[in-house]
Amino acid sequence: MGRIFEQALYPYSRSADQDAATPVRHTVVVVGAGPIGLAAAIDLAMQDVPVVVVDENDKVSWGSRAICFAKRPLEILDRLGCGDPMVEKGVIWNLGRVYFDERQVFGFNLLPEQGHKRPAFINLPQYSFEQFLVERVRALEAEGKRIELRGGSKVLDVASHDDGVDLTIGTPDGPYQLCADWLIACDGAASPIRTMMGLDFVGRVFEDNFLIADVVMEADFPTERWFWFDPPFNRGQSALLHKQPDNIWRIDFQLGWDVDRDAELKPENIDRRLRAMLGEDIRYELEWSSIYSFQCRRMDRFHEGRVVFAGDSAHQVSPFGARGANSGLQDTDNLAWKLKLIIDGKAPVTLLDSYDAERIAGANENILNSSRSTDFITPKSEISRIFRDAVLDLSERYEATRPMVNSGRLSVPCTYDGSPLNGPDCADMPARTRPGSPMCDAPVPGGWLLDRMGSGFYLLAIDLEVPDGLEIDGIPVTAIKLTTSGDEEGYLRQRYLGDALAGAYLMRPDQHVVARWDHFDENAVTAALLKAIGRQS
Amino acid sequence: MNALNTKANISTPDEFYAELLAAHEGLSKPESDAFNARLILLLANHIGDRTVLSQALRAAALKD
Repeated sequence: MGRIFEQALYPYSRSADQDAATPVRHTVVVVGAGPIGLAAAIDLAMQDVPVVVVDENDKVSWGSRAICFAKRPLEILDRLGCGDPMVEKGVIWNLGRVYFDERQVFGFNLLPEQGHKRPAFINLPQYSFEQFLVERVRALEAEGKRIELRGGSKVLDVASHDDGVDLTIGTPDGPYQLCADWLIACDGAASPIRTMMGLDFVGRVFEDNFLIADVVMEADFPTERWFWFDPPFNRGQSALLHKQPDNIWRIDFQLGWDVDRDAELKPENIDRRLRAMLGEDIRYELEWSSIYSFQCRRMDRFHEGRVVFAGDSAHQVSPFGARGANSGLQDTDNLAWKLKLIIDGKAPVTLLDSYDAERIAGANENILNSSRSTDFITPKSEISRIFRDAVLDLSERYEATRPMVNSGRLSVPCTYDGSPLNGPDCADMPARTRPGSPMCDAPVPGGWLLDRMGSGFYLLAIDLEVPDGLEIDGIPVTAIKLTTSGDEEGYLRQRYLGDALAGAYLMRPDQHVVARWDHFDENAVTAALLKAIGRQS
Repeated sequence: MNALNTKANISTPDEFYAELLAAHEGLSKPESDAFNARLILLLANHIGDRTVLSQALRAAALKD
């Protein structure tokens, strides 16, 4: 079979560590080679932090699973050097249609804002996403970066100490011991690491099941997201149709709570559902099917001593809104530069507390949004169904209630308002780029603003004289000097200056704004940088 | 800041009340419930002001 998710991409091979007399110590061990674990490892390796990834499996994701990747994670992937192949392979979509019963209620256009390198969304199956990340790992290895991917390696035991973590790794050749200065647990919602450490993961259980069917078919449906509330082919439930690359269509059927999973997964029953939905005469091949249910929950804290949790191991949401993988990538984006500074002795260990503060705020936002979507899609009481149906009925005729129709509020980047790392703001400047915000891309001479930035601190100067670079306690700050003359579309002015005549922005390695001024003051920049690395309050 | 108007504000109250009841005439209980929900959503959108809407939700609870 040629399906990528059936091939062993990183098969087990014996490591020298297994024959060492005493356990070998590594700087960082990442558990889990899913999208989040691989992104974390790539980020660290690119910053010259040696990293070993262990995964009990040796293949990419079984089936498409996460399929919707948003603009901010694509920008993160650009920084990690793997945005281009994903966007080239992915399906870009902007239009959505909402159906209720037998009628189309309305269509919408995401109307992505102009002046950004990346689209609002691409659809790309998780196995392709992981495949591109594995290819990036191989490329970094070839460049001599210290990154290693160990398949067939299952964590059997974990013990966290003040100065490190002891691990027992199970392999086909038997177990061996490893030590790590830091462990990043990206081992999914059912995280064995979290369970072995006895840490709580509580939240709200949603009593519902969804059947996913990925089908390959030549269909002339447009590249749009179609969502049905209470359709004739799935009465009382919902359904979703979404396009992936290579003529693969993702179809989701809501099933309800009391279902016979084995019966629902039988090909003849899936076939009956597909023909009721798409027509008796459709020709298709079923690539993958699965039934899932979900919870909305998070850990109390995202790190415990030297063990840091990222992605679904730390927080879990409903799939509506594509907030799972997209938020996990923002976790590692937030974590990697902090861990690098701590490992290099340039920032105190307490900088990790800001990972908790910022990413717990992100998780709360995602849980809130995805819970609200779920409550709209699956009304939990008679009156909530009455209002839900009223919103849909009105929306067919009037624009008024369309903004309330909630078939998933799609992932948007998190702004870290109130973060302990934020510095001074300038009132004349636009709210969208306030301290804590992710940088907003813009066209600049020769390309795009975000492509000018690597994984360090930057001083963005617009219509302002600043030095080419600064070094603050051993931490380099690179200047990016831009001018609004020649910025005909006015993107830089609209996004960064507002009413100010000039701007100086201090940017973190994860491209979030630390602080901004309408003038350059080296002492102010120094103070803001020290605060952003947890050295001053 | 706008506030919820809890003083009498409809010029012909008896006519309005009769029109409201007439709108429900002949409707089953589920149809009436759906009608009311649509009416609330349209009026809420017309008001728009989130402060006023929150005040109305509290006022309707008869608890303050």
